[in-house]
Amino acid sequence: MIKGKVWSFGADLNTDLIIPARYLNTSDPKVLAEYCLEDARPGFSKIMSPGDIIVAGTNFGCGSSREHAPLAIKYAGIACVIAASFARIFYRNALNIGLAILESEEASKDVKEGEILQINLEKGLINNLSTNRIYHAKPFPGFMQELITAGGLIPYLRRNLAEKEQEV
Amino acid sequence: MSMTMTEKILAAHAGKEQVEPGDLIKARVDLVLGNDITSPVAIREFEKIGVNKLFDPGAIALVPDHFTPNKDIKSAEQAKMLREFVRKYGIIHYFEVGRAGIEHCLLPEQGLVGPGELIIGADSHTCTYGALGAFSTGVGSTDLAAAMASGEVWLKVPPSLKLHYSGSLQDWVGGKDLILYTIGQIGVDGALYSALEFTGDTIASLTMDDRFTMANMAIEAGAKNGIFLVDDKTREYLRGRYEKPYTIYTSDHNAYYQQTYEWNVSKLEPQVALPHLPENSKSVRELGNLYIDQVVIGSCTNGRIKDLREVARLLKGNKVHSDVRLIIIPGTQEIYLQAMREGLIEVFIQAGAVVSTPTCGPCLGGHMGILAKGERALATTNRNFIGRMGHPESEVYLSGPPVAAASAIKGRITHPEEVLKDD
Ligand code: SF4
Repeated sequence: MIKGKVWSFGADLNTDLIIPARYLNTSDPKVLAEYCLEDARPGFSKIMSPGDIIVAGTNFGCGSSREHAPLAIKYAGIACVIAASFARIFYRNALNIGLAILESEEASKDVKEGEILQINLEKGLINNLSTNRIYHAKPFPGFMQELITAGGLIPYLRRNLAEKEQEV
Repeated sequence: MSMTMTEKILAAHAGKEQVEPGDLIKARVDLVLGNDITSPVAIREFEKIGVNKLFDPGAIALVPDHFTPNKDIKSAEQAKMLREFVRKYGIIHYFEVGRAGIEHCLLPEQGLVGPGELIIGADSHTCTYGALGAFSTGVGSTDLAAAMASGEVWLKVPPSLKLHYSGSLQDWVGGKDLILYTIGQIGVDGALYSALEFTGDTIASLTMDDRFTMANMAIEAGAKNGIFLVDDKTREYLRGRYEKPYTIYTSDHNAYYQQTYEWNVSKLEPQVALPHLPENSKSVRELGNLYIDQVVIGSCTNGRIKDLREVARLLKGNKVHSDVRLIIIPGTQEIYLQAMREGLIEVFIQAGAVVSTPTCGPCLGGHMGILAKGERALATTNRNFIGRMGHPESEVYLSGPPVAAASAIKGRITHPEEVLKDD
């Protein structure tokens, strides 16, 4: 169960805003986390707290394929990103690295900055504790559920490759 | 049941007779690509899988192009990781500085991608190879790691959108103007999770370089891939580069399209996208006086020989405006050499331009032309996001090469006709 404070962002929040290219000469997630969302909101990594939640508009994470973007968000300690929709590479990167994301137009429209949300990821339930409203996120298809449960693509693959070897 | 060309390629690579939009498939990949930014993350993830071998050392291409020749110590360390990985696992298609170029100009040129193939790359503009009738899409570093180990990728079959263009283009209007116009019409999320199929007589008349430019920017509309029919021009391009036999897929006439757009583009003017999204496109004549500090001509969108020829036609006998820095970056060493043979490089330097070795450089705000606070640039690149080329308070406008060259001469964003008028 996730419970945290909301930071609001608009639509088309691109990967350059999440982690600008000037920091891409490193791939150390802890360093990337320091600059998370810096050009969208200067000093973000200092004002947010681990466990906080991002709520944004449509097309979140559009632009580059840089996995540095979801990594920066994950290692900054953001517990979940809720958006009306995600750009597709960001979406798969988030699932692949085990960053929790949910798609909900309702929540994206309704939730305000500073409100407290409680999230049940398995059920896709978002409970706004500040307003007592409940939103339902779009469920993930089966295979993606498996990815999430495994903790990302690499653990999933390790498990599957190990199973394959046992079969042989 | 009928399928689109995108669906047919995906079905073939998933070992299925039939796929439908929304199906989740595991597909075999023909080639996987990584660069100096995305590969270091992938290499670390790859080592975690614990397989200790690549699925096929000949089906992996690594191109250090973003921060190369290395701009600082940190990027040199990243590039070194690539090199060591290449040696350790015997990767064949590695392109060292001096033999490389911008990945999406380089791979087609080197004959590493062809029709009917399924290509993934840890770079969003991997969609470029759709110009050759391939299914080609950008993924992340973890996907790259997984595919290097398994030779497979998980994909959701996208619904297709058909974009139909008719009419012959006016002078100085090309693929870049068509794609900027298209993104202006459908929006930066207008094709989210979808496949874009480019069709019509206008498309048939385009050069391959123009088609690469258009496929390249499919991602800028949120698309998973963009795809073109294979025709005589494609075959001509492939001759002498791509040696393998290939399968040409065509869409069935009654295939399902989520949406069809039709545009008559015979009156289309050169387009410019205003900050800070590629969808903010307008005809160049609709803009007022927009003075510029820098012009960048290059990138995986417009760093090809046709682009450079157009630029030289305008720059010949002219000078870059005294308030403007013009930076021209050929996409690959082969393009650079060709431009030199044709005398284009001399024209550029005579006009007062900087000519750089192939690199992504300023396109992503990496190096070789970073903008200061308050500066404005016009670029033939593909993204004009906030801070894309430098300071978060700088501005990037996007256009095709002719508008970029004309504007460099005039010092403000302008139609190429204005330069010719003076001659
Ligand atoms: S030229 Fe620009 S858009 Fe193309 S691969 Fe390089 S950084 Fe990316």
